[in-house]
Amino acid sequence: MSKARIRISVPSKAAKGELIEVKTLIKHPMDNGYMYSRDGERIPRRIINRFEALFNGKAVFVADWHEAIAPNPFISFYALAEESGRFEFYWYDDDGSVYADSAELKVV
Amino acid sequence: MRGWPHLRLFGLCGLILMVPGAESPTAQSLEMAPAAGASDRPVSGYHYMGGQIQALQDDDFLNPGIFAVERGEEIWSAVEGDKGLSCQSCHGDAADSMKGVAARYPQYDENSANLVNLESRINEMRATYMDASEFPLETDEMLSLAAYVAFQSRGMPMQVEISGEAKRFWDRGKEFYFTRRGQLDLSCSQCHDELAGRRLRGDTISQGHVNGFPFYRVQWGTMGSRHRMFRWCNWAVRAETHELGSPEYLSLELYLAWRGGGLPIEAPSVRP
Repeated sequence: MSKARIRISVPSKAAKGELIEVKTLIKHPMDNGYMYSRDGERIPRRIINRFEALFNGKAVFVADWHEAIAPNPFISFYALAEESGRFEFYWYDDDGSVYADSAELKVV
Repeated sequence: MRGWPHLRLFGLCGLILMVPGAESPTAQSLEMAPAAGASDRPVSGYHYMGGQIQALQDDDFLNPGIFAVERGEEIWSAVEGDKGLSCQSCHGDAADSMKGVAARYPQYDENSANLVNLESRINEMRATYMDASEFPLETDEMLSLAAYVAFQSRGMPMQVEISGEAKRFWDRGKEFYFTRRGQLDLSCSQCHDELAGRRLRGDTISQGHVNGFPFYRVQWGTMGSRHRMFRWCNWAVRAETHELGSPEYLSLELYLAWRGGGLPIEAPSVRP
């Protein structure tokens, strides 16, 4: 598992039944495979092709990404806070790397 | 000044302003364009871009330039070179020691009898005091460290010294700024003074200030320095480009920093 620069925003606490916003940002060039370097070499495609957000092991937000996603992909979604638990986030790189991060949510 | 060279510029604008929604480029509308004499009241490029990109800059969570600042923070404290030093070894906490520093660059350097900007100062420090290798310009390392240093001056007014020895560099920069160049035969001033606020295809022309650098440019998807932007601008008018860190661009940088004097440092800014 390689490292990547990731930013996660999940409120640490929420009331039961509250709608919370989850935000993630990952630094990634998202090379779409159609660009050429200064030397005229084609820059091979290397994108994050899948994003998964799990809560207590269960998928809550999953997306397949394609070439048109801009560098440094940002994802924001809303979730209903029903129980305390742990968000896990996974980004799947074309090169086989998986970047992971997590955040705790406490429902009071 | 308003003779045929001006009309030639007008002809060009007629072509490039023909986009849906743009106001028709009549001679009258050109004459009525706001007198954007930059020295009257500098306006940051921030105010010429759309709300969505402003939001990207305003929120440190979203601002991709903050990635560079974070990386720069690591470089700041990383020991490198034969003397076993980091930036931090001498300068301590950047939040104190680097506060306001970026706002004063470029500046005249007595020792080298030359003009130095933030990037060349960083390399000079690395070579002289750390015995470390210099960062090539425009690399992630250089942009990140420069962004981290400039970040410590965020919100502080840009204020450079142009008297004394710096004056001749300022003169050269000013000359560069007002010289028409390239196949489009445009000077910096013709767009950034006379046409600031007007449309250039999908973009709004800004006054061309340098208070947000190093910046994250959405079009590039990367960080960039002032000099990379100068190269881009020169290329865009199909003119000869100069090297990053060249005397031409250093002088221009000084002139522009003076021209936007008082504008708050926005590094890392986000621009379209």
